[in-house]
Amino acid sequence: MKEELQAIESEALAAVEKAEDSQALQEMKVKYLGKKGSLTTVLRGMGKLSKEERPIIGELANNVRASITEALDAKTEKLERAALDKQLETETIDVTLPGNPVHVGGRHLLTSIMEEIEDLFIGMGYEVKEGPEVETDYYNFEKLNLPKNHPARDMQDTFFITNELLLRTQTSPVQARTMEAYQGNRPIKMICPGKVYRRDTDDATHSHQFRQIEGLVVDKNITLSDLKGTLDVFAKKMFGKDRKIRLRPSFFPFTEPSVEMDVSCKVCNGEGCSVCKQTGWIEILGGGMVHPRVLEMSGYDSTVYSGFAFGMGQERIAMLKYGVNDIRHFYTNDVRFLSQYHQA
Amino acid sequence: MLVSYNWLRNYVNLDNVTPEELAEKITRSGIEVEGIEYLAPKSENIVVGYVKSCEKHPDADKLNLCQVDVGEESLQIICGAPNVGSGQKVAVAKPGAKLPNGMKIKKVKLRGVESNGMICSLQELGLDEKYIPVDVAEGIFVFPEDAEVGVPVQELLNLDDAILDLDVLANRPDALSMLGVAYEVAAILNQPMELPDENLTVDESIEAKDYIDVKIDSIENNPYYGAFIIRDVEIKPAPLWMRNYLMASGIRPINNVVDITNFVLLEYGQPLHAFDYDQFGSKQVVIRQGKVNETMVTLDDQERQLNENNLVITNGKEPVALAGVMGGADSEVTDETTNLLLEAAYFNSASVRHTVKQTGLRSESSTRFEKGVDPNRVKRAGIRACSLLQKYANGKIAGGVVEVDELDKSEKSVTVTTAKINQRLGMELDEKDVTSVLSRLQFEFSKNGEEIIVQVPTRRLDISIFEDILEEVIRIYGYDHLPYTIPQGWVQAGGLTDIQLLQREIKNYLSSAGLMETLTYSLTNEKDAKRFLTPDIEEKPAYSVGLAMPMSEEHSHLRLSLIPEMLRVLQHNVARTQTDLAYYEIGKVFISREEEITNQPIENLHVAGALTGLWHNHPWQQEKKPVDFYVAKGIVEGLFAHLELNVTFVQTKMEDMHPGRCAEIRLNGKGIGYVGQVHPLTAKDFDVKETYVFEIDLESVFAVHQLTPSFTDIPRYPSVTRDIAFILDNDIPAGDVQAVIKEIGAPLVKEVSIFDVYQGEHMEEGKKSVAYRLLYQDPSRTLKDDEVDASYQEIIEKVNNQFGSYVRS
Ligand SMILES: [Zn+2]
Repeated sequence: MKEELQAIESEALAAVEKAEDSQALQEMKVKYLGKKGSLTTVLRGMGKLSKEERPIIGELANNVRASITEALDAKTEKLERAALDKQLETETIDVTLPGNPVHVGGRHLLTSIMEEIEDLFIGMGYEVKEGPEVETDYYNFEKLNLPKNHPARDMQDTFFITNELLLRTQTSPVQARTMEAYQGNRPIKMICPGKVYRRDTDDATHSHQFRQIEGLVVDKNITLSDLKGTLDVFAKKMFGKDRKIRLRPSFFPFTEPSVEMDVSCKVCNGEGCSVCKQTGWIEILGGGMVHPRVLEMSGYDSTVYSGFAFGMGQERIAMLKYGVNDIRHFYTNDVRFLSQYHQA
Repeated sequence: MLVSYNWLRNYVNLDNVTPEELAEKITRSGIEVEGIEYLAPKSENIVVGYVKSCEKHPDADKLNLCQVDVGEESLQIICGAPNVGSGQKVAVAKPGAKLPNGMKIKKVKLRGVESNGMICSLQELGLDEKYIPVDVAEGIFVFPEDAEVGVPVQELLNLDDAILDLDVLANRPDALSMLGVAYEVAAILNQPMELPDENLTVDESIEAKDYIDVKIDSIENNPYYGAFIIRDVEIKPAPLWMRNYLMASGIRPINNVVDITNFVLLEYGQPLHAFDYDQFGSKQVVIRQGKVNETMVTLDDQERQLNENNLVITNGKEPVALAGVMGGADSEVTDETTNLLLEAAYFNSASVRHTVKQTGLRSESSTRFEKGVDPNRVKRAGIRACSLLQKYANGKIAGGVVEVDELDKSEKSVTVTTAKINQRLGMELDEKDVTSVLSRLQFEFSKNGEEIIVQVPTRRLDISIFEDILEEVIRIYGYDHLPYTIPQGWVQAGGLTDIQLLQREIKNYLSSAGLMETLTYSLTNEKDAKRFLTPDIEEKPAYSVGLAMPMSEEHSHLRLSLIPEMLRVLQHNVARTQTDLAYYEIGKVFISREEEITNQPIENLHVAGALTGLWHNHPWQQEKKPVDFYVAKGIVEGLFAHLELNVTFVQTKMEDMHPGRCAEIRLNGKGIGYVGQVHPLTAKDFDVKETYVFEIDLESVFAVHQLTPSFTDIPRYPSVTRDIAFILDNDIPAGDVQAVIKEIGAPLVKEVSIFDVYQGEHMEEGKKSVAYRLLYQDPSRTLKDDEVDASYQEIIEKVNNQFGSYVRS
């Protein structure tokens, strides 16, 4: 019997190896392992065996069954895989054809710049304050140490609505409103971004509407060095860690002393080029120590509190950072301009 | 302010500082130098020549043949200038010379006659035509007789000068004078200063008070008036050096008297005015406010209408000058003038500003009065002018000055301490660092213990408090010495408010949804300002806010809607063949509820979108989907789904919108916006094609929105769906039925969606089929079939009853 079983095994394995489709394999399964298959037929003769032989032959028979089953399964899988491969081959497409276009939107470049600046100062503990764009003369000028008839009012050509109402020329009234709201009894760390308006004819460098962002810090013992350090952090974040800053004296009615901040030109690295008009420096923003009268007018005791303020045009920052050459691009909203800078 | 480097050298030693270095130092210390201009690039071989003879060219009427002595040699030069003549001293460019305009001088033959050089005009030497005296503008320049033959003209004409253009801000009117700049430069360079000569020899035989009297009726606008009398002046050109400095400073020389008043104006920053005494019309100067209906003719021959806000100088009868702004034509100094009345006065800046604004006359004089002049320099400027008139116009100076003087000339004092300065700067300066700056600025000070009491000279009108001295100390000591620190002490968590975060979230959503953000102008034209109003604005009378004096009609009124300017953006792009566009904007609209505005308008933040062209385009697969109502609505629905707010859409009509394709957006039953197609006629107005827009009042959204969503457990039990198709009359909105299904099915029906709409063939006339899918779910258990069936039947019955519909089998 042992020989018979071994013969069945080798015959079956050879047949499976030769099988070419799943139907042939099915037939072989019946032929060798089925109820009437050759293995079953051989095993029917087990009864004739001795008690000692029976378990040996039984084990052998199981092994032969397992071996044939395994071969059948392996061959089945192989044939199926071949069939699948053949089918997939027919499904080949031209991957070089263009894909389904996705409509890409995005933020306006100025929004991206504004949010970048906001996030930088939020990280340093500033809150973000906003205020009305139609302001009163009182908050836009008088509260900022610009009484009526002050010669410096000429610096800002104003769109008046009535004698008392106007389109704000700066975001500083938000500072005045915040100081007033805090009633002189708590420190302040804030920035105020927003639209402002001036009587300028629109050209490559002027726009009757533009955006500013201003900052204000008020506390006991705020120093001019604090302003310098803060602006240095800002400049390095916005324009690169290798940039240097310098302060120059300037004049704004609501700060004393007042400064302009220049950043070293990144085009020429301070050597002088056409971008920086050969000076090696580019004017970025203005600031200074809050004028004691401005503090006092909003209820802050200027002998106890001091503060610094700074302000900049967002368009100017964007133009310098991205090399935009005409401020009107921001307001024309040509899709070919906007999509250069999109960022969701 | 144009500052001549060579002129400045008269007051401060500039030997060790080039114009460029000086400009840099001035800029770093407080006054921005906007540019440096050299009068003429270095030109050699141009010297003073003496025209020995001048006769007509034998073959050309308009040319002259001149023999010119240039020192070592004599040159034959052909000259075409009409004013050339023998005996003149002229500028000769010798062969080999190169003129500033690049022209090289060579020996040439003109009509057969040799010409060995060129006699030059001031233009040819590089001076700006508009500053050249009228008498030599049309021809060559003629030197005074004492010019030395053979000397290079470069220095003689100040052509080697560098002009620094200072941007003087409102706080530093002192720098509108050469002396003021000299004080500044002396402090920066730590150099001593040389003051101008104010020495005067008066003619004892004449007394000013015998010739003139001064009366001021408006002392608050004119606290000082000094009248000087100068007799027997000889009108002629001013000395060459003075003319040179004037031209370098952008002022055209006229004659010695006018030039001297201009020179002193620039030198002292104090405007002066010279009247022709004999044409003045009386022996009395009366300064008063103008009268209504009074007129006068100013120097520019314009008749000026006066009023009571104008301060005027009169001869007691009629106005002869607009105080501080411009003189009158009648008393102008001319070639015939022999006797002068010289005015040195202090006019109040507000008064001068008023007249300047009214007349539009802005001059070197008015600018200085407007910004404020030094009270202690008014009279001294008059004396300085007299001294120059004596020297250069041979004038006899009358003794005494007739003056009315109620001017406050006292100096302010400001007390500082080094400790307080250090506290504000964040530095550790020594007291001598502070006092050395004060000395360099020539501020006098005294000490009282820790206190430094600073006497502020009246030339520095900008200094009155501690912070002003602080600024002087640090700007002269140098901002570069400031350390870099960050505010210490008080700390708060920075951040955005919920509303600010929500705006960013809306931008994230709309950008991701494929829309590009625009930024348009808040100011639009009057008509467009009032179009496309959202329902919340329209519920009460709304007025747009107009500017008092707009710059143009296109930007005259504040917008009540973002849409019109966005349509303009579409138009701009469409005109540039960009046809498929999807834009959004977040910005304020300005709502006034008053017809005549007195209060600040309401400022509401809006979000709006505008879409046109193809929404989807995949050409080789022939997939093209134009923007339609449902694209726009889908974006709005997605936005509110993103914000977790339920809104409803109700058919509505708006003036500028397609009458059948516009929905009002409602939040909690209140209209907060709209979405729909722009009316084809309006679209035509804006020159755009089929366009869909939406606009939503965000203030209404902020009022109800919760930024932090509350947690809802993910359903653990299976849901069951059921579909129903109702046959409805065409005019029944599918959304109304949807809402009713949801209402009846609550709480088991969680969602109702529409998955099929059919109209047309096989459908009864005037009917449509709308198929709804209902999602049943209970968070706490598995639903039984019979309870779902019961609900389903109830819904069918009630919908049919309410809408007269039936179920499609
Ligand atoms: Zn550069």
